Amino acid sequence: MHKESLIQAKGLTKLYGDFAAVKGIDFSVHKGESFGFLGPNGAGKSTTMRIIAATLTRTSGEISILGKDPAERGPEIRAHLGVVPQQDNLDQALTVTDNLYIYGRYFGLSRKFIRAKIEELLDFAQLVEKRDVKVETLSGGMKRRLTIARALISEPEILMLDEPTTGLDPQARHILWDRLFRLKEQGVTLLITTHYMDEAEQLCDRLMVMDKGSIMAEDSPSGLIKKYSTKEVLEVRFGSDKNAEVSPQLSTLCERMEVLPDRILMYADDAELLLEEIRKKGLHPVTSLVRRSSLEDVFLRLTGRSLVE
Amino acid sequence: MITSAAVAIAEARIGRLGESVYSGRARTILERSYLAFRSSAWIVVLTGFLEPVLYLFSFGYGVGKLIGKMEVGPGHFVSYAAFIAPALLATSAMNGAIYDATWNVFFKMKFDRVYQGMLATSLGPLDVALGEISWALLRGMVYAIAFMSIVGGLGLITTPWALLAIPVAVLIAFGFASVGMAVTTYMKSFEQMNIINIVLLPMFLFSGSFYPLTIYPGWLQGFIKALPLWHGITLMRSVSLGLISAALLPHIVYFLAMIAIGLFFTTRRLTKLFMR
Amino acid sequence: MRQGSLAVVDTERAIKLGTLFVVEARLRTMLHWIFSLLTGSLLNPFFYLASLGIGVGTFINSRAGSGGVDGVKYIVFLAPALLASVAIQDFMGEVTFPVLQGFKWEKLFFAMNATPLSGRQIALGTYFSAMLRTVGSVLIYFAVLVGFKAVHPAQAWPMMLTSLFAAACFAAIMLAAAAATENDDLFLNLMGRLLIMPLFLFSGTFYPLTSMPIPLQAIGWISPLWHATEIGRWVSYGHSIPGTMIAIHFIYLTVLLVVGLLWAFNRFEYRLSK
Ligand SMILES: Nc1ncnc2c1ncn2[C@@H]1O[C@H](COP(=O)(O)OP(=O)(O)OP(=O)(O)O)[C@@H](O)[C@H]1O
Ligand SMILES: [Mg+2]
Repeated sequence: MHKESLIQAKGLTKLYGDFAAVKGIDFSVHKGESFGFLGPNGAGKSTTMRIIAATLTRTSGEISILGKDPAERGPEIRAHLGVVPQQDNLDQALTVTDNLYIYGRYFGLSRKFIRAKIEELLDFAQLVEKRDVKVETLSGGMKRRLTIARALISEPEILMLDEPTTGLDPQARHILWDRLFRLKEQGVTLLITTHYMDEAEQLCDRLMVMDKGSIMAEDSPSGLIKKYSTKEVLEVRFGSDKNAEVSPQLSTLCERMEVLPDRILMYADDAELLLEEIRKKGLHPVTSLVRRSSLEDVFLRLTGRSLVE
Repeated sequence: MITSAAVAIAEARIGRLGESVYSGRARTILERSYLAFRSSAWIVVLTGFLEPVLYLFSFGYGVGKLIGKMEVGPGHFVSYAAFIAPALLATSAMNGAIYDATWNVFFKMKFDRVYQGMLATSLGPLDVALGEISWALLRGMVYAIAFMSIVGGLGLITTPWALLAIPVAVLIAFGFASVGMAVTTYMKSFEQMNIINIVLLPMFLFSGSFYPLTIYPGWLQGFIKALPLWHGITLMRSVSLGLISAALLPHIVYFLAMIAIGLFFTTRRLTKLFMR
Repeated sequence: MRQGSLAVVDTERAIKLGTLFVVEARLRTMLHWIFSLLTGSLLNPFFYLASLGIGVGTFINSRAGSGGVDGVKYIVFLAPALLASVAIQDFMGEVTFPVLQGFKWEKLFFAMNATPLSGRQIALGTYFSAMLRTVGSVLIYFAVLVGFKAVHPAQAWPMMLTSLFAAACFAAIMLAAAAATENDDLFLNLMGRLLIMPLFLFSGTFYPLTSMPIPLQAIGWISPLWHATEIGRWVSYGHSIPGTMIAIHFIYLTVLLVVGLLWAFNRFEYRLSK
């Protein structure tokens, strides 16, 4: 399959004063794919997203979006984008409908087009009853839904979502996922950051794991799991003070081990077998759990920290 | 290839001058201000132009009683109220413009993140700046009309030239709004924003609003005459009293220069301001 | 480990001294603003005095003849009004903005109320810290007045106390009003345009109130600034005023104080428990 690359970055760097938030990263995003950024807090995901969205100027390096330089052709590039920032930036002085309306006007869309689109988006965001309410008075999740709906008003060909589902209830999350799948079917390119591993696994064709401004790995979700984790994981607990104490005795038994404050994760291709061996050693965990490896394990391996802090 | 309406609209502008900062849609920012304005409290709108009116009543009447008439030209005496009214209008044009183009912009930038939302669309920073300044001017014009109606109602207007006070108010507001916005682009904290107020108050008090500069020593007169508000007040007073002559041109040029310089620096700094 | 067994919080002490903790917290916040506060307290009055006292004064004195205004030079006439107005404005600012901030913008008061502090203590703490700040402003401004030869320090010093008293009385009402406010934007707008401005301009500040037409004089009668100014002029240069009027001025201000504080306690407690 021919892959047309929409976004290309080379040596992309962003400095805040002396502090490097993004340290010379290379990546490219293909047309029609769904591309995810993973990484602990402060990794530089939002910074990267904002540079792509042409709302933050890079310090150095190259980036082209649709073959254009965001520093030179900002307005033109942004006409192709729909952006959901990490922090909602709705217009607090306006109502729900007016927020959607004026956002469409910013793109230069005709009133008639916008009016029709608003009805569809209110429905999608489940905000029909709240249409004439001031944004200030919406709940947190409602604001989030409105921000997402707003990003769709211009029918963008690249949709950028920075932690879109934070604060959404499960139902709203599934409605969003469904919508994103449909958009993808229509050929829309998705850029997503998330701290929910299930979301990343569900939505993304390709993931880039970042930490401290650098790229740690890049592959499909299953590719990452294959490359950076074992087939299965054994989770054992010995009680908060004992975990660290017994860990030296355990380390010889498995390929790799993560000692977390509350539990120990042991990586092996057969976790049941591993548990047997532990018991043979006369160690008896308070609880134990055998499960398949997930993205979370990849994350731990690559960044040395758990996602959920 | 999906080509949405938004893209088609943006592409129609490719190659135009300033395409990286301007998309030709400053009017949508005006539309936004109007939408927000619709839901603002009527009493706030109504009382917006009250300050100069209160000064006019208090000083024009009370202090006027103590001072009597003022001489504005050889043998040309006017009441104290007629003397200060144009100065008050010029000052309120300045204050309104400064409020809209500096404090308001600073707040929206720092706390509301309204501009971040706008600039995630195909608008450019210059659209936003022009839109915000236009709204400030529109509002200034309405307030100027309201003020002049009151001044007229009090019988203080004696010449048709006084109608020019309204465009002059807009000119003054434009000058201060452009420079004010340019200055705001360099401001980082409230402390720094406060400096604006610290500069404005003495300018109001010493620029000849309440009495002619002639009571000051020469060096101080020279300094005050270099400040924009003195030009605004002098221009406004001259047109309001019908003292039209070529001598007014330098004042107009002064404000045109402020507008040009202000817009130049604003545009240059805006990308930095909004995109950091 | 049992939480709370250490008893780091001395409950009794916290309850007794709560007001002081609030004062401390407020003063610390003010310290961040010290530059603006100082310029505000020093520069603004300096400019007003120079422009109006000396500038307008030059015209008025030359036309009013030997009698001056109310028998004194214009700047002497102006000084008590400006001192009172600075006291009132600073005190008022310091009890309104922090209260809006506490209830509305940052909800700080609700956090305070989650500790042993009571609504009344938060109200009083805010009020007393504002008073301390105003004491500073009044001292500085009085020094400026002395520098301008607008007052005789030996004779006029009690004016500082009367100005502070008047400000404290009016601020009590404003403390309550701010606590009762739901719509902060509207409140601030209207406070500036319909309260501060008219009071400043129509309280006989720049000329004797009696030279105004009666309907406009009425603004002065209810204005704490006018009452404070009358007392101040009496103290500063012996502005002639009947004894009953002096009593009325003080009674009016005291009523504001008592009503204001009671209303404020009520509003704070209501708002915090809502
Ligand atoms: N405006 C700014 N000024 C200075 N430093 C900043 C600024 N914005 C971000 N940073 C810093 O850059 C780093 C990367 O921030 P960024 O927001 O990109 O992280 P992130 O990966 O999105 O994290 P999170 O998961 O918490 O959203 C952080 O260390 C942050 O403190
Ligand atoms: Mg982020």
